[in-house]
Amino acid sequence: MNQLPAVIIDGILYASWMFIIAVGLTLVYGVMKILNVAHGSLYALGAYTACKFVAYWLGAGHAPMSSYGALLLAAIVVGLVAGLAIERGLLQFMYGREEIVLVLVTYALFLILEDASKLMFGVDSLNVPQPSELLGNLQLGRLVYPVYNVLLVAVAIVVGLGLTLVINRTRQGKILRAVIHDREISMAMGVNVSRVYMVTFTVGATLAALGGALTAPTTSVQLGIGADVIVLTFATVVIGGLGSLGGAALGALIVGLVRSAAVHYAPEVELFSIYVVMALVLIIRPKGLFAAPEARKI
Amino acid sequence: MTKANARTPFWDRTAFGLTGALIVLLLGGLFLPQWLSFFTNALYLSIVALGMALLMRTGLVSFGQGLYFCLGAYAAGTLDHFWKVSDLLVALIAGGLLAALVAAILGLLLAKYRDIFFAMLSLAFSMILYGLLVKTSELGSTDGFGLSVRTFAGIALGGPRTRYAIFAVAAVLAFACAVFMHRYFNSHLGRLATAIRDNELRVEYMGESVRRVIHLNYVISAALAGIGGVLMASAIGHVDPETTANWTISGEFVFITILGGTGSVFAPFFGATIFEAVRTYAVAHFPNTWQMGLGIVMLLVMIFLPGGLWSAFRTRRAA
Repeated sequence: MNQLPAVIIDGILYASWMFIIAVGLTLVYGVMKILNVAHGSLYALGAYTACKFVAYWLGAGHAPMSSYGALLLAAIVVGLVAGLAIERGLLQFMYGREEIVLVLVTYALFLILEDASKLMFGVDSLNVPQPSELLGNLQLGRLVYPVYNVLLVAVAIVVGLGLTLVINRTRQGKILRAVIHDREISMAMGVNVSRVYMVTFTVGATLAALGGALTAPTTSVQLGIGADVIVLTFATVVIGGLGSLGGAALGALIVGLVRSAAVHYAPEVELFSIYVVMALVLIIRPKGLFAAPEARKI
Repeated sequence: MTKANARTPFWDRTAFGLTGALIVLLLGGLFLPQWLSFFTNALYLSIVALGMALLMRTGLVSFGQGLYFCLGAYAAGTLDHFWKVSDLLVALIAGGLLAALVAAILGLLLAKYRDIFFAMLSLAFSMILYGLLVKTSELGSTDGFGLSVRTFAGIALGGPRTRYAIFAVAAVLAFACAVFMHRYFNSHLGRLATAIRDNELRVEYMGESVRRVIHLNYVISAALAGIGGVLMASAIGHVDPETTANWTISGEFVFITILGGTGSVFAPFFGATIFEAVRTYAVAHFPNTWQMGLGIVMLLVMIFLPGGLWSAFRTRRAA
């Protein structure tokens, strides 16, 4: 039996999911040089909040179709509240420290947020399959896929294109690129770098929460999903190259295809195949497959 | 003029302190049997943290030290489970050597990496082992398997004596590792570590190989993590991937080392004891907020006491 079509389709579905989460991490790293370990916790918070919102929304008797709005709202609420609180309350005092120190700071944040989510949402797993079930299944030959999962591909493309357009085609994007290129000179030219950082981190947090919120209907939301997701996200962005949007897309595609090939052909290597690729990329091209040669300052 | 390190007396204040602590621990363990497992845990964590402290003195943070902890633990486990060798001394030697050997190979690659790339590559290596173990049914997959310790260097153990013996071995080993590390920190090679952290280029200009020092320190830290893993497996009597190789365990080692600090060999012991106390006490009383407490403490330490908690006790000495 030829499994290739299934491998490719599964890979793309998984890649889209991975991309939505990874793009926020790579954006934050690219602009602020923060490798945010707490990104996984923001993902988990988004998933939990989405479960609660959707359950509440449907419980109040609203039309099931509008539950997608509740998913989006959950992501935005988490992104705005947690993102702003973390950036304004903590990270803004840490800029200019070594990258590894910022990893440790966000690791501490990860510990804090893990328990914060236990306190807010309890320790039981939550399920809200309604938004996914609503759309039914899609028949592709002998393969059956939930339409919802296919929809995630569209979301990933919209997010990716949207970010690319904003960064490359707008005034705000130009400012952002200036800050990435040289923080001090941008500051001297009158760019409010602090605000750029705040907005970037909030957008990154919202994307993490969006990843979580969109995942919530497809799986059971339980303890530890943040810890599992963050290492996969690290693998994704490292493979593509930290701080590059195209890299996140490429990394997500590679992780997705490797994983689905492993699931179909050799299930016993499913988990570690991704990390083997991550290690190989780090060994052969430490800055990732997509990294542009770095211009040297001074 | 600084004192030439060749003049450092072998039995200085730190070594006296460590000896005193060892005697108190060994005697205390006789009279307070209910505290044995607590201190055994704190001691194996300390040994791992000593290795982490050495890496951090070199300016490196590993998010994959669980790899070697896991190798040590599984070495002890497989020796007992598959080869029926239940001797603690054999397990310690095997675990330490296995960890050092793997580190010697991986270190060839890792010695070129710094900062977050070192953290990421070490994380990737440990997650490869985690992924392998989770899917290896011969080693119990996610459940792991049990083991027991029956002898130490051929001397039969048994009953309540086993727990004290493992504790005593952990204490003596921790003491030996600490004395060794104290000597090493103050040796020529050991001082190169902090020099590398401060300015690699200068170290190279002075004719020293930065990569060689980093490689050596990496192997030492791995051997210590392997020994810690053997002690953990022997004390708990069970090994599984989730509590050894997963990145959250490596994160705990990072936490302990940051908490204690890297300025003195006492610091990792201090960090590990506090961590174990919080874990023992808080898991029972605050199951859903203890990690939050750890996170907050870690932030406070990093902001207000970058040298770790231990640095708060040290009187400032002229450098």
